[in-house]
Amino acid sequence: MSAQVGLRGRAWFQALTAKDPPLDGDPGSVLTADAILGTDKARFLCVVPNPQGRFPCVRRGEVGLEEAYALARRICEAVEQDESRNKRPIVAIVDVKSQGYGRREETAAIFLAAAAAADAYATARMKGHPVISLVVGQAISGGFLTHGYQASRILAFDDSGVVIHAMHKEAAARITLRSVADLERLGHEILPMSYDIRDYAKLGLLHKLLHVENPDNPAAPTVGQVRDALIEAVADARAGATDLGNHFKSEDARKIRLAGLTARARIEAEWATA
Amino acid sequence: MSAITLVPAFVRRTSFIELNARARANELTDPGTGREMLGPFERLESPWLPEQGIAPQSDDGCVVIKGQIGGKPVVIVALEGGFQAGSMGEVSGAKMTAALDLAARDSQNGKKTAAVLLLETGGVRLQEANLGLAAIAEVISSLLALRQHAPIITVIAGTVGCFGGMSLVAGLSSYIVMTPEARLGLNGAEVIEQESGIEEFDSSDRALIWAINGGEQRVGMGVADELVQDDAAKIAAAVRKYVEAGLPRVHRSQQVELYRDRIAAIDTSRQIDPLSIRKQWGTAKKVEGAK
Repeated sequence: MSAQVGLRGRAWFQALTAKDPPLDGDPGSVLTADAILGTDKARFLCVVPNPQGRFPCVRRGEVGLEEAYALARRICEAVEQDESRNKRPIVAIVDVKSQGYGRREETAAIFLAAAAAADAYATARMKGHPVISLVVGQAISGGFLTHGYQASRILAFDDSGVVIHAMHKEAAARITLRSVADLERLGHEILPMSYDIRDYAKLGLLHKLLHVENPDNPAAPTVGQVRDALIEAVADARAGATDLGNHFKSEDARKIRLAGLTARARIEAEWATA
Repeated sequence: MSAITLVPAFVRRTSFIELNARARANELTDPGTGREMLGPFERLESPWLPEQGIAPQSDDGCVVIKGQIGGKPVVIVALEGGFQAGSMGEVSGAKMTAALDLAARDSQNGKKTAAVLLLETGGVRLQEANLGLAAIAEVISSLLALRQHAPIITVIAGTVGCFGGMSLVAGLSSYIVMTPEARLGLNGAEVIEQESGIEEFDSSDRALIWAINGGEQRVGMGVADELVQDDAAKIAAAVRKYVEAGLPRVHRSQQVELYRDRIAAIDTSRQIDPLSIRKQWGTAKKVEGAK
């Protein structure tokens, strides 16, 4: 695990919203800005580390209680404001190491906070907002379910610092009673267990894998390239359905997720006659 | 006859916790109405477990039953806590998503179909890692689409409880029914101890775990709706009540301002006392059937 979690998130938030300062009123760990994206004004959201945060277990870029409710509030706000006008794109810049692992978080029902953020993202999508996830660093477990996984389209950098996974290596090894080395070996053999973003791309869940130069410190042309990819993803989302059906549409998904698609088709057939 | 009446009701009851997923689901439907979709004899198993030396199960730990409760159409999705801790894999996730989508389609066509989710689950099945995580994201999306038309009733009876990504599914439900034996939380105590240290959470302290994650606390603090004793008839009655109630005026996961204010009011300089949060947030509902 890199000690740099969240730095990339902040760097990309700043690069993409440069002319528009973050809105006031969020905790130090959440950045919100409305910034130009093509012909739209898009809402950009990012969770970043805040060493001075009120909750001690979420100071390193985890998604905790304050972060989840702040995201939910900002998304609901955009949905309300756009109720009877052009639905602005919502862009989640994702670099989250995990959900918050703390006793305070559990006691105050972090499951509900995470649900509220997922609810807000999915509701925005179902109401016609293009919701785009830009995974610039880590997107792990409950952190990603809270911030980003309800997106209409997911973009990720083709870079070794990018990890999308259900649990970070060390913890997954302990829980499945394996060594980290075993887990890495299994990751190479069993596609959904891999920690490599190029393997993740083969699951058919990504809209695009973006090859970017120096993602820690992006130069202007790289920012322009990513901006263009976001604009294209927004147009694609607007042209498509508002559910997550695109997860299954690619050739990769139809191959890799054959068992799941078969389950779905059979239940659909049986449902009609039951 | 008098000898029988001396046996307390608690002894004569049918324990819900002791039933497997399929039997639990069958306790809830009106007699003769339940029909299992993609049952175990169709043998659609996880393609990922055998290559890791783990025996798959022919229903992948997920039982889907279409039927009626109180004469109303429902779909029940029951996760089997006895198989891989009820974890979500590719197939079990696809079954749950399909059930929710079909209920949404029927609801949109005028046949309102509620979903009843029996959640005994640790969350993502780590042996299917990224497909499990994606499956949960898809379940959440389909649940929210159905929730526009018909209620989602989650039952957490125990003993696995409902954790990980699936706790979001509970959080998005219209109603949550729990027993005192059940637990609900995003991170289990073991995970917190691993990640943040034993001083943050001692996972051997069972009293602490139930004080935080237990059914009595979750209902007491108002983040779940009803505490019911481990009795199949009582759980079925609670589910029937919520199926008949239909959609709530507002869902808990939409009450962002309320909970944001509550989080802002917490003193984070020390651990939060579970009883005081219950007092501050809760509506102090009583255990149904308790003395």
